[in-house]
Formats: sequence, C-alpha cells, structure tokens
Amino acid sequence: MQPLTNRVKVLEPKPLNLMERLYLPNILKGMLITFRHIFKKKATIQYPEQKRPFSSVFRGLHVLNRDEEGKERCTACGLCAVACPAEAITMEAAERKKGEEHLYREEKYAARYEINMLRCIFCGLCEEACPKDAIYLSETFAPANFTRKSFIYGKPDLLIPDPVQAPDDFARAKGQIEERKQKANKTLTA
Amino acid sequence: MSISEILFWFLSALSILSALMMVTSRNPVHSVLWLILVFFAISGHYILMNAQFLAIVNMIVYAGAIMVLFLFVIMLMNMNAETEPQKSKWMKMAGTIGSGSLLLVLVAALRDSELRARTLEGPEGSIGLVKQLGAVLFTDYVVPFEISSVLFLSAMVGAVLIGKKD
Amino acid sequence: MQFLSTDISLILEKLSIIVVVVLALLGIALYTTFAERKVAGIMQDRYGPNRAGPFGLLQPLADGIKLFFKEELIPLASNRMLFILGPFIAMFTALITGAVVPWGSQLEIFDRTVSLTIAKPDIGILYVFAVVSIGVFGMMIGGWASNNKFSLLAAIRGASQVISYELAMGLSIIALLLVTGTMNLGEIVTQQMAGGLGGFLGWNVFAQPLGFLIFLVCVFAECNRTPFDLPEAESELNMGYHQEYSSLKLGFFLFSEYINMIVSSAVMATLFFGGYDIPFVDEASLSAAWGNNIVAILGILMLLTKIVFFLFLFMWVRWTIPRFRYDQLMDLGWRKMIPLALANMLITGVITLWLNR
Repeated sequence: MQPLTNRVKVLEPKPLNLMERLYLPNILKGMLITFRHIFKKKATIQYPEQKRPFSSVFRGLHVLNRDEEGKERCTACGLCAVACPAEAITMEAAERKKGEEHLYREEKYAARYEINMLRCIFCGLCEEACPKDAIYLSETFAPANFTRKSFIYGKPDLLIPDPVQAPDDFARAKGQIEERKQKANKTLTA
Repeated sequence: MSISEILFWFLSALSILSALMMVTSRNPVHSVLWLILVFFAISGHYILMNAQFLAIVNMIVYAGAIMVLFLFVIMLMNMNAETEPQKSKWMKMAGTIGSGSLLLVLVAALRDSELRARTLEGPEGSIGLVKQLGAVLFTDYVVPFEISSVLFLSAMVGAVLIGKKD
Repeated sequence: MQFLSTDISLILEKLSIIVVVVLALLGIALYTTFAERKVAGIMQDRYGPNRAGPFGLLQPLADGIKLFFKEELIPLASNRMLFILGPFIAMFTALITGAVVPWGSQLEIFDRTVSLTIAKPDIGILYVFAVVSIGVFGMMIGGWASNNKFSLLAAIRGASQVISYELAMGLSIIALLLVTGTMNLGEIVTQQMAGGLGGFLGWNVFAQPLGFLIFLVCVFAECNRTPFDLPEAESELNMGYHQEYSSLKLGFFLFSEYINMIVSSAVMATLFFGGYDIPFVDEASLSAAWGNNIVAILGILMLLTKIVFFLFLFMWVRWTIPRFRYDQLMDLGWRKMIPLALANMLITGVITLWLNR
C-alpha cells in the first residue's frame, strides 16, 4: 500500500538477541517491578473512614435557606423552576395566614417544594436565579436508595435546620454554606 | 477372609461390571469412562500383587494419557445416542462373528498355556517392584527394551518436528 | 488388637494422619485464596480485602458461606451424573496427592513412633504423576457435561496442555532420579539431609538447576496457573470449564486448584529443596539436645515455610506475567521444554556415569 504521507517511517523489528530469547531475564525483570510495588504507597482511599476532599466548586445537594429567626426565605416565585434546565423543580405556592409570620418571611411561601434528584444535573442555575437567597447547593450528594420515589426530595429533606430549635445544626449548615461561597469566590478571583 | 481377599473379590466384581457397562452403554463418553474404571480396577489388582510399578504405569499411560485422547476425539465428534447411525444387518453379523472368533482364540490360547499351573504371587511378592523390574528389563530383555525406547524417542522427535512451522 | 489380621492401632494412626493432612490442606487452601487476593492487591498498590474481621482475616469464611448459599444450578441439557462427578473428581484427586508427601520425619507419641507420611510406596513420584493425570478427568468431564461450547473448548485445551507438559515434567524428573537413585520421596529427603552445611548443599536444586526450572514451569502448567491458565481464560472462554457451575460445585473446582498448588509446592520442596530439612542445622545433633519431637515439629514448620514461599511465587508470577497464547503454550511445551529436558537428562546421565566410574 502506498503511504499517505512522506513522513512515514518504516520500523523493522530487530531480531531478538540471546538475552531476550532466553526469556527468563525479562521475566525476572518484570517480577522485580511487581515486587517493588509491594512497598509502594497504596492508592486506595478507605471510603467510610477516609473521604476524598471535594473540589472548591463542587455542587451537591440543595438546601432551602432560612433567615436568622428561622423563617423560610422562599417565596415560591418559581424563578428556580424556570431556570432549571432539567425541569427537576416543582413547587406549589400558598398564602401566609395569620399566625404563621414566624414561619415564613413574606406573604407568599412554598407549600410544596420538590426537587427530583434523579433529574437534577447539579448545575447550580437555581442558586443563581434565586432573588431571595433561598436556595443553595451544599457539599454533599444524594445517598443511594432502593426506590425512585425516595429521590424526590420534599421540603423536610431540603430545609436547613431551624435556628431557634436546633441552633447548633443551623450554625453548622450555615457555616458550610459560607465556607463554600468563600472558596468559590477565591477560585473565581484567582 | 483377609482384607486382600475381600479386596480381590470387590475389584474383580468391579472390573467385570464396568467392562460390561462399557460394552453396553449407548453413550460413547460413558463407555470411555467405564473403561477408565476397568483400568482402575486392574491397577488395584496389580497393587494386590504388590506390583506397584505396573499399577501406577497402567494408571498413567492407559487411564491418564490414552483415555484422555479417546475422550478428546469422542467429545469433539459429538457422538451421542441420537446421532448414532444405524448399522446395517451385515455389519452387525460381521461384528458378532469377528468378536466371537477372537473370544474363541483367547480361550484356546489360555487353555493351552501353562498359566493355570502357576500360583499367583500374593502381597508378599516382589517381582513387580521397581528394582526387580528394572533388573529384568536391563538384563534379560535389554534389546527389545532399547528398541522400543528408540521407537518412542523417534515418535517424540517426530512430534516436535511436525510442530515446527516450516 | 487385630481386625481382619491387621493392626488396629496402625489403622487408627494412619486415619488420624489422613484427617489431619486433609483438614490442614483445606485450611491452608482457604487462606491461600485470601492470600492470593491480598497479594494481588498489594502488588497493584491496593489493600486487598480488609473489611471482614481484623485485617480481613474472616474473608475466606465469608467467601465460603457465600458460595455455600448460592443457588445450585444444573443446566437442563447437561449430563446430570457427569456434571456432578466432575468437581468431585477434581477435588478428590487434588486431596489424595498429599498421601505420599513426607510432611515431616516422625513423632513419638505414647511410646509409638508415628511416621508423618501417610504412605511410603516405592514409586512415590510416579504416584503423584498418576494422580495428576487422573485429575484432568475432573476438568474434562465437567467441561463436557456442561453442554456448553466454551466449557468444552476449555476442557480440551486444559487436557491437551496437561498431557503436553506432563511429558517434559516426567523427563525432568528422570534426570532427578538419575541423581537420587530412588523414587521414594522420604528417601529423597533423607538423602538431601546428608549434604554439607547441615543439609543445605545436599538440596537437589544445586544438582539439578535446569531440571528444577523445567519442573517449575511444568507445575505452573499442570496447575493451570497464569501464565498457563488457558482453560480459564476469561477474555476468550468466559469462565472456562466451570462456566456452568455454581454454588458448592464451583467452590470445589476453585478449591481444588488451590489444593493442587499447595501439594505441588510441597512436592517441589520435597524433591528439590530438601523437604522438611532445616538448612544450616544438623538435625541429628539437634534432636540429641532437644528431643526428637521438637525437631520433627520444626521440620514440619520448615516444610510449611517452603510451601508458603512457593505459593507466593505462584501468586507473584500470576500478577506479573500475562497469559500465553495457545500456540505459544504448545510451542514452549513441545519445542523448548521437551528438548531441554531431554538434553538435561542426557547430560545428567553422562555426569553420573562419569562420577560413578
């Protein structure tokens, strides 16, 4: 066959010399290599005990935010659902009643707020779209489960812990969000 | 009855039974396996006579090597009871006559031989041990032994030569 | 006491040794599977199994329980009887090879000298050969009875491989027998113990280096270990001859491979590395100082050490060298090993003749 270019270099395999034809020296060489690997550092990360650190811009499970008094920030405006390219977010709005002021920040709130974690692509567009700082992406991912239904996360799964009832948990979750924000900013400016 | 007597009767029954099964079973693979059992029983008989070398060589050569080749061929030919071609009446007749006359010859030869006059060496016999066998082979029967060894060597060299590409 | 004109205590003694040897073989095989995975892991910069129990030491138990509780499947179109017979033969032949191996010298229990060899026939090595050649039938019958073309191909490959390498193996052993002058494994060990440096220089590997190399390669082929594991070549034949097997029958096949490895390691140690001989130590003076039993037990431990070394070698080679192609395998066996073994035999014969002149 004619070569397509004139840069083709034809390589003739050299006939094996005696050492190579004896075959054993090369086997011993190979076995020495594998033997050396016994003493090398193991590449394994022992998962439940050790965890690999996430990258600074990792986008994980969503968190529905509250303000300092524990009121939900979400007003069910629907911008996140519109922004969502995977159409993973469903919500149902409701009007705040008298006596519910300590629960919701504004007059309108999300009575139902569901994210289908099987559809979600964790792009973070909902976080960008939200005008009320109500939704954030955290640094964890959805744990495995046996049913599809359990991957549709409702409000109880998404909401950040109440600062009035469980201040410690709230502070931790809040801290994680802040930390993540800072890290992301650092990466962006760098 | 001593242990060796019990073993003798057991092995004899086993060898005759498996020989019959070998002839009568329809599946050729089963036939080969029964034949292997026959060889085992015969090896057992050798051991009863303290002919250890013969017993083991019988096992290595016949049961181990030749029967594996038999199995090989039969497995690859995919012969079983359904695909076995029907033999014609003449073939069956010829087979019966041929095997019958072979039996006749064997019986006549055994009748006339002096084998019956000899008694069997029991477990104390030592003629079948490696040392005695070697001594006999390399003194009385050295010429046939060497000739057959040359035959085997040439067969082996032939096999290696055939394996060569050019 | 007499039973059918045989000494009952002798029967009991032999029976107990058989039970101990079989149980020890099974136990070591259990942990060889574990060691194999561990060695594989360590050589690939991983940890290997370390979750079940401390350091993963209960892993073989977990594997066994898993195999035990798997569903027993027998293919509909298979030959039921032979399908069950296959793994049985494989396991049986693997276990009975250990009968002639001298596991140690002798123990003195209750004024009775108990030899640590189950049987000492005149034809020790030939017995091993016979059993190995019978062992092929397990694979062949299992592969054929599965009624599966992959299994059949694997069985045929395995059988032809074992037959081909048995030839070179036998020829290399003949050269060894020219040196030792006996086929009795126990006598071969005692001969080696008489060598210089406490028996170390008497080891047959120094008299027969080429013979040992040929024997080693053939053992790899007989045990169907990489680089000669063509009967189980996953990339071509899926699972090889045990494709259709599941549950305990599969376990039997896998286990028999490991027991074969252990026994052939023991045979190699016995033939070429002095068996239960402790190198650089004079056993006779040691047993005068410490007593026979302690030296015998030390000897058993020494043999076990040698076996463990060979088992590690098996694994080391497996995780280093890729599988041979079938024609390369046959080429190596017939055109390299057999002529080499013949030459080795000839040279050894000439030298022994010259020395005994």
